Amino acid sequence: MSVSERLHPGVNLGATDPESHEAAEEVVFGFWIFLMSDLVLFAVLFATYAAMSVQGIAGGPAPAEVFDLTAAFVETLLLLLSSFAFGFAMLAMKYRENARSVLAWLLATGVLGAAFVGMELHDYYVMITAHGAPPQASGFLSAYYLLTGTHALHVSSGLVWMVIMAVQIAVFGLNTAVKLRLMRLALFWHMLDVVWIGIFTFVYLFGVVS
Amino acid sequence: MNWELIFGQLQWTSFVFAGAILDPSLSEFIASGAGSIAVLGAVAVVILLTVKRWWVPLWRDWLTSVDHKKVGIMYMVLALVMFARAVIEAALMRAQQLVAYDSAGFLSADHFGQLFSTHGTIMIFFVAMPFITGLMNYVMPLQIGARDVSFPLLNAISLMLTVAGAILIMISLVVGQFSTGGWTAYPPFTGIEFSPGEGVDYWIWAVSLGSIGSTLTGLNFAVTIYKKRCPGMTLFRMPLFCWTTLCTSILMIFAMAPLTAVTVMLALDRYAGFHFFTNGDGGNMMNYANLFWLFGHPEVYILILPAFGVWSEVVATFSAKRIYGYTSLVYATMCIAVLSFAVWLHHFFTMGQSANVNAIFGIATMVIGVPTGVKVYDWLLTMVGGRIRFSTSMLFLINFLLTFILGGLTGVLLANPGVDFQVHNTLFLVAHFHNMIIPGVLFGMFAAVQFWFPKAFGFRLHEGLGRASFWCFAPGFLLAFFPLYWLGMMGATRRTYMWSDPEYLPWLALAMAGAGLILAGFAFMVTQIVVSVRQRDRLACPLGDPWDGRALEWSIPAPAPEWNFAVLPDVTSRDAFYEAKQSGQAYRSPAAYEDIEVPRNTATAPLIGLFACAWAFGLVWHIWWLVAVSFVLMWAVVIVRSFNMNTVEIIPAARVKAQNEAFLAAARAAPGVPREQEMTSDNRGKALPEALTARAGAVPAGRAVEVLS
Amino acid sequence: MKLILGVLGAGIPGIAHARGFLDPAGPIASAQLTHFGVISALMLLVVVPMFIALPIVLLRYRRAGKGTYRPDWEFSWGLETLIWGVPVALIVILGSALWKHTIENDPYRPLGPDPLVVEVVALDWKFLFLYPEQGVATLDLLTLPEGRPVTLKLTSGTVMQSFIVPRLAGQIYAMAGMQTQLNLLADETGEFTGRNTQYNGLGFAQQSFVTRVVSPQDFDSWVASTKAQGQGIDFAGYQALLEPSVIDQPVLYGSVSPGLFDQVIASFAPDMVAGQGHAHMPAPPATAPAALPAAGASPTPHHHTPEAVQ
Repeated sequence: MSVSERLHPGVNLGATDPESHEAAEEVVFGFWIFLMSDLVLFAVLFATYAAMSVQGIAGGPAPAEVFDLTAAFVETLLLLLSSFAFGFAMLAMKYRENARSVLAWLLATGVLGAAFVGMELHDYYVMITAHGAPPQASGFLSAYYLLTGTHALHVSSGLVWMVIMAVQIAVFGLNTAVKLRLMRLALFWHMLDVVWIGIFTFVYLFGVVS
Repeated sequence: MNWELIFGQLQWTSFVFAGAILDPSLSEFIASGAGSIAVLGAVAVVILLTVKRWWVPLWRDWLTSVDHKKVGIMYMVLALVMFARAVIEAALMRAQQLVAYDSAGFLSADHFGQLFSTHGTIMIFFVAMPFITGLMNYVMPLQIGARDVSFPLLNAISLMLTVAGAILIMISLVVGQFSTGGWTAYPPFTGIEFSPGEGVDYWIWAVSLGSIGSTLTGLNFAVTIYKKRCPGMTLFRMPLFCWTTLCTSILMIFAMAPLTAVTVMLALDRYAGFHFFTNGDGGNMMNYANLFWLFGHPEVYILILPAFGVWSEVVATFSAKRIYGYTSLVYATMCIAVLSFAVWLHHFFTMGQSANVNAIFGIATMVIGVPTGVKVYDWLLTMVGGRIRFSTSMLFLINFLLTFILGGLTGVLLANPGVDFQVHNTLFLVAHFHNMIIPGVLFGMFAAVQFWFPKAFGFRLHEGLGRASFWCFAPGFLLAFFPLYWLGMMGATRRTYMWSDPEYLPWLALAMAGAGLILAGFAFMVTQIVVSVRQRDRLACPLGDPWDGRALEWSIPAPAPEWNFAVLPDVTSRDAFYEAKQSGQAYRSPAAYEDIEVPRNTATAPLIGLFACAWAFGLVWHIWWLVAVSFVLMWAVVIVRSFNMNTVEIIPAARVKAQNEAFLAAARAAPGVPREQEMTSDNRGKALPEALTARAGAVPAGRAVEVLS
Repeated sequence: MKLILGVLGAGIPGIAHARGFLDPAGPIASAQLTHFGVISALMLLVVVPMFIALPIVLLRYRRAGKGTYRPDWEFSWGLETLIWGVPVALIVILGSALWKHTIENDPYRPLGPDPLVVEVVALDWKFLFLYPEQGVATLDLLTLPEGRPVTLKLTSGTVMQSFIVPRLAGQIYAMAGMQTQLNLLADETGEFTGRNTQYNGLGFAQQSFVTRVVSPQDFDSWVASTKAQGQGIDFAGYQALLEPSVIDQPVLYGSVSPGLFDQVIASFAPDMVAGQGHAHMPAPPATAPAALPAAGASPTPHHHTPEAVQ
């Protein structure tokens, strides 16, 4: 393999240092596998939801009665925009090596992500107070809260991770370790987007249609 | 003062000793006895460590170590300690069933329920899993020519999470009760309505900790095998043990997530009033059965595949011959791994689904028998054309081939829904899975210990005592479990603490005798380790190759140095070290040495384990401040660690060179030991390869005395 | 098969008084035993060669043995075809046998016209048997007429249990809010043990019941004498039975409130039995039998079988 083929894509680790790239490949590959395992978890939660949203209503409210499609749509936009912002953060890291602009884009990502979590919490609040639909009401709602809650928990831990990364950029600058961590955080963040698109489609759209 | 704020649901009556005071019965005394053993054992360990001044070395060299070899050894120690508890529990249950003919016996129904639940949970999650994980940890990096796993710290964290789960289960001996829901913990029985109290919570959190640890292990090992093989080590040059490790790792990545999900759902049902598996309100326990076995069936192969790897190594080495059908074995392993996800429904044929669904899953289950059967016959054919030495490991292999194939027979029987309808939930089923797991996994691990112990510690295990343990274990297993097949066919249900059928008695007596033999085998095994440690000078094999080994791990000194390979090997074929010995390339000095980077020890993993254990304990007893504090601390450790950019240390080339050249010189100078003297004190770990002696005609037919058997 | 086992087991304790399916008393259990024998015999095709070959190989290729040492021999196409081919062929045969047996002996398949319907409610640690046609009920006593197909409909009033009368047929789970089915037929009279095989707490070991198979005439007179019992059972009576207990002597009920079985299911899954499409409509109170179809009056909807969830 030539040197250029061994360079890890998506992250600028200094073109003359193939060893760092090899090491990078290992950690990033490991993180992909972690994401795969995490997706299995979500798959299980989706399957559970699929079964329980039909058979677990048990006289409680049905999906169409409790979901607010507008809110879910706005949440989708927020999350997609935050991913978009993270994309710019990564581009800034790769091509400009400018810590300040990376931090600015991270801040945008974080604000959008936090707004997403805030809106979702508000959704929960409305469901519980206005629709009488807490997770204890039925199997369907238990599955709904677990699926979306697990996603929200992932997003929230992503936010905490983002704060830590911001501090690390400030402390260490954009060194190899920090770059690789940002890269993995980006993968994590984009995966959560993908999962959310699944939730939006299968939970909200299908739920309102049915 | 609100005590509940501080102690949650913990009360003085929660302690096991209170039971013996409030209700003085034999069952309670046994429970208190077990609790006392746990407490006294812990106290004894503390005293021993203090008297011998071992605290510092324990912390410095072991608990904080991220070296895959030490992590592996710690896993194995954990497995042995937990095995001691679970095997004694098994013997207690056997004794109870023997005496409880139309009477209550000496154990209460509740105590018996806890025993079969802890026995199963411990044996699967805290004996079998740590055993295979520890072995893979120790052996796999050495076999692929790597210096460590891809993520050494993550590896240590996996270990410490598993240890945390094991400690939690040990705590349940002393504080509170364990679940009576069996190792599968089927709701709604394990729901809060039918099992109030802390028992099921102990199960949930112990299993969850183990499950997360195993997920991380699987991830780590898969990446290691994909990314860390030494130059020339293509996938199809890897020893078979590495192949089985790879398949097991992939299974762990995919199969542990459903378990984590299902324990979390059960916890939400119990703690927060959710309705995943409750009776009514839209809960459905059938989802539990599906999710649990979506983990549970691959789990069976997670356990057995590494053992298959061990058998492949053992049979080739002690037949002094290449493995037969390497490619075939690789593909069979992969077939098994893939198929293991397609058969989970056979654990509940009796749930009322349509006959077509049952039949499809039944046939899928039978299909797994094909690659498994192929493997068994591959091992047989490996012996053909070999020169078989009947070492302890090999005796376990022979026993495995004969008993495992019988287990396969009953497995195919159980794959038939019609047969399963009759013997499901009976002792027939219990006999079947013990028949697969004991001769397959457990004895596989025992064989592995006999085989790789010299590599890990630099001295062999006492062969005579090893055989003694084998001659107790093997017939002990037959006696303990074959009667159960018959009992199951007569309709004896599992998890039953008393009987009213006199026909069962003789069979239960046989099973009890078998359990006694198994205990004796375990006693011999412990004795073997103690005696071997005492005679370590006589049994020493520092030159690293006591068995005329074939893969890379035998090319380095015993015990393996911290850096494994002074210079990463460059491999050109399968059985790399065997080929090197054939061509006279073994023990050659490398052209040049380089500095070696190794990860520094760190307190991160043990601290995470400690806080995880505290967190789980808080959850079990609803001590919310402890839950919050330990959760925050656990993640604080992770965050603090992420700010440490100085995590490796450099071992200078000069030091590596000095040590390695000394070893190579000693190895070159030592005379090769012929296989006749394998078990004598002449065996210092330099083998006279069997294949070479055979070619040179060094062993005339008349002199080929059977020294070993 | 029965004969072979009988001969084989002459000296083996247990065979003479086997309560299990080794001594079948009906066509289903008998077919299961035969199938057990067929599969075992076929499996011997892979088991026996190992038991013959392994000792020979060990003897021949031990270090002092006569076998030629060929350390580099590792493959043979002929043997390879054999060790893959034989199991594959065997699985084809075994799989066909499995398919045929599974479909033919599906527990949901009625064993003839006009089956006797018995509704079974699994409780802690006893079984409630309801005879909707006869209007009687029992606790821990299943009386069946010889030679008449029986359809058992099962549900649970508590945790999941597994119902079996091994000498008649295999087991099936009973789960709350759901209904499973087991069809069986007894072709000899006698008393057979039945039990729950799924652990469900302290009384599990004692949760067995007597299955008494009697002639059709005796069955009719048994029904008549049971009807004469003053004690009946309704939903309130069922709720009293939810208290966990072990029953020493069977209990007979001379009358059953109609639709009790469906009420039991409805008490966990109201929308299932009532067949309401829209679950958010207020569910009928579980204690209001009027909202439920009377058993026997109209066929019970079957969409609440577990199949629907699989």
